[in-house]
Amino acid sequence: MTRTISVVLLDDVSGALRGPDLELLTVARTLGTVRAVAFDAPSDAALEALGAYGVADVVRLDVDGEPHLTGVAAAALEPVVDDARVLLARATFANKEVLARLAHLTGAGLVIDAARVREHEGLVAGWKRVFAGSWDVDSVVTTDLALLTVRPNAVRPEPAATAVSPVVRVVALDAAAAEAAAGGVRLVSRTLHEVSGSARPPLAEASVVVAGGRGTFGDFGPVEELADALGAAIGATRDAVDEGWIEHDAQVGQTGVTITPHLYIGAGISGAPHHRGGMQASEVIVAVNSDPECPIFEICDFAVVGDLATVLPQAAAALRARQA
Amino acid sequence: MARRIVVVVKHVPNIHSARAFADGRTVRGAEDGSLNELDEHPVEEAVRILEGLDEPERAASEIVVVTVGPAEAVDALRRAFQLGATTAVHVGDDALAGSDYAGTARVLAAAVRKVAADGPVDLVLAGMAALDGLGSVVPALLAAELGMPQLTNAGKLELDGATARVERVVDGATEVLEAPLPAVVSVNDHINRPRFPNFKLIMAARTKPVTTWTLADLGVDATEVGEAGARTRVLSAEPRPERAPVELHVDAGSGGEALAEFLVRRGLV
Ligand SMILES: Cc1cc2nc3c(=O)[nH]c(=O)nc-3n(C[C@H](O)[C@H](O)[C@H](O)COP(=O)(O)OP(=O)(O)OC[C@H]3O[C@@H](n4cnc5c(N)ncnc54)[C@H](O)[C@@H]3O)c2cc1C
Ligand SMILES: Cc1cc2nc3c(=O)[nH]c(=O)nc-3n(C[C@H](O)[C@H](O)[C@H](O)COP(=O)(O)OP(=O)(O)OC[C@H]3O[C@@H](n4cnc5c(N)ncnc54)[C@H](O)[C@@H]3O)c2cc1C
Repeated sequence: MTRTISVVLLDDVSGALRGPDLELLTVARTLGTVRAVAFDAPSDAALEALGAYGVADVVRLDVDGEPHLTGVAAAALEPVVDDARVLLARATFANKEVLARLAHLTGAGLVIDAARVREHEGLVAGWKRVFAGSWDVDSVVTTDLALLTVRPNAVRPEPAATAVSPVVRVVALDAAAAEAAAGGVRLVSRTLHEVSGSARPPLAEASVVVAGGRGTFGDFGPVEELADALGAAIGATRDAVDEGWIEHDAQVGQTGVTITPHLYIGAGISGAPHHRGGMQASEVIVAVNSDPECPIFEICDFAVVGDLATVLPQAAAALRARQA
Repeated sequence: MARRIVVVVKHVPNIHSARAFADGRTVRGAEDGSLNELDEHPVEEAVRILEGLDEPERAASEIVVVTVGPAEAVDALRRAFQLGATTAVHVGDDALAGSDYAGTARVLAAAVRKVAADGPVDLVLAGMAALDGLGSVVPALLAAELGMPQLTNAGKLELDGATARVERVVDGATEVLEAPLPAVVSVNDHINRPRFPNFKLIMAARTKPVTTWTLADLGVDATEVGEAGARTRVLSAEPRPERAPVELHVDAGSGGEALAEFLVRRGLV
């Protein structure tokens, strides 16, 4: 029998659903009847959004254990996908591993970091941009169940033609099963980082990112000013992080956050391969650099040769003037 | 106590080279291939763990590096020797071509079990990601295959007798995790700074023996790995379409306005 359920793992259902989750629901609808799954009880706002996106079937996983442990989360999800064709989750580090363990439990095929998801001859296909954005790879999952982590900005969120009333059911994992699934791992402590400048969107899911590097010489003021004018998140190079100019969570690159925004603006950044690995799949790339020979200009759509300390504030002012 | 540590390392195309696919597979030639840069960190971490031991225990300890890949992958093992590995295993077999995450983890697990057959393994170390596939899932899958606890993306690792404790920063949270040994631990590039190899190790690395195992040696069925066993199939792999040439604006007082005008023109604001 062909499976028609398309499961979406929601990351945060405590408030209104955020863009990336709405994107997943939009993609999932093209692949089957959507079932939404979360590790917490969805808020009224989340349920309203789910209804608007056409999701009637909502599962709350009730885990008598530590769902932040990969093995436990995967075990809790297993019964929710047994009749499913596909499960989609945001491309966070935790989700990658949870889906990997779930793949191990179910024999499912796994695609990590798909930038587009679609149907191909009855199978689920995931497309991604790899090798620092220089190659495009498209693959299909050949097993009955497909597990994919999906990058933000894959599609524009779109509500369903007709809204429905979601019904929440609970699927439980008992203490003994959770203990076994933890496999000996114990979470000693977990501390969420304070989000500084929380008016800005989170870096990993932002559709616009303004990033600063060594060329800021420690003054991220111009970067912040342009980011504010654009409603953008702030990124940085590892060098800027190592200098202590900005927190580690802002590092973009192969060992930092990988971003795929519609627009990336890099200021005072040379464009080293380590940095490019994390941003080169951005749709439109803009750079401001005083050196006309800098490597990042080779991968740009628009480049300004100039001093970021004057160029960025001027751009911000021009954008603000336009909005006023 | 003496320690026996397995470090799994991958041979990948150098990120500074023009990386490419042929027939849906990564090109991994000897000239531009290298040890995955992020796998220098688990090797260094293993060396440090041994350095923390007393002399007789250190002498009885071992760092076994294992790679799964084509013949050229031996280069990655030679590099690992330079960084301080004591023993090296190359798993090579034509049937491995086209392996996906699941197949790779299955073979690595079989290799770890074979190493453990000669004497218990205390720890399996891995990098946080291979810089070609960038999946970051092989360590978690390897732990599942081996039935060992997983402690991944560690920025700090402490071994205390038969317990491992890691600290890691993931998705905006700092976590401390603990598990009994043997465990699979993947480490990130903040955990240590790999040393530059000394002359003695560089010379020795050239001639140290590398053990080669085939699937038959590991008792792994060829249909479970490679293209035959893969749960994903590459439909196409193409170079990204050429970008339009860059619009370059040299700032003479209106660079910021030009930038804003570009964003407006492209509908980005
Ligand atoms: C294992 C490893 C992992 C790494 N991972 C990452 C990673 O994840 N992310 C990352 O970013 N890096 C990473 N790096 C570091 C990376 O290799 C580069 O060193 C780094 O990206 C360079 O940062 P930068 O562009 O800010 O500095 P630089 O390369 O020093 O470039 C500064 C640029 O600023 C320009 N400039 C100077 N003054 C001005 C001005 N007034 N106005 C405009 N432009 C100006 C200069 O022309 C120059 O091009 C890693 C390195 C290693 C070894
Ligand atoms: C561009 C690209 C995209 C791919 N996409 C998919 C996909 O969507 N689904 C899929 O199932 N497969 C995919 N693969 C195949 C997959 O990458 C290989 O199976 C690979 O060997 C393991 O994954 P990784 O390179 O992402 O490793 P990661 O999971 O990123 O590696 C983490 C660590 O595991 C260890 N390790 C990984 N591979 C080996 C090895 N061969 N030998 C020894 N140690 C190793 C290293 O310590 C490494 O640091 C893809 C490969 C490429 C090149």
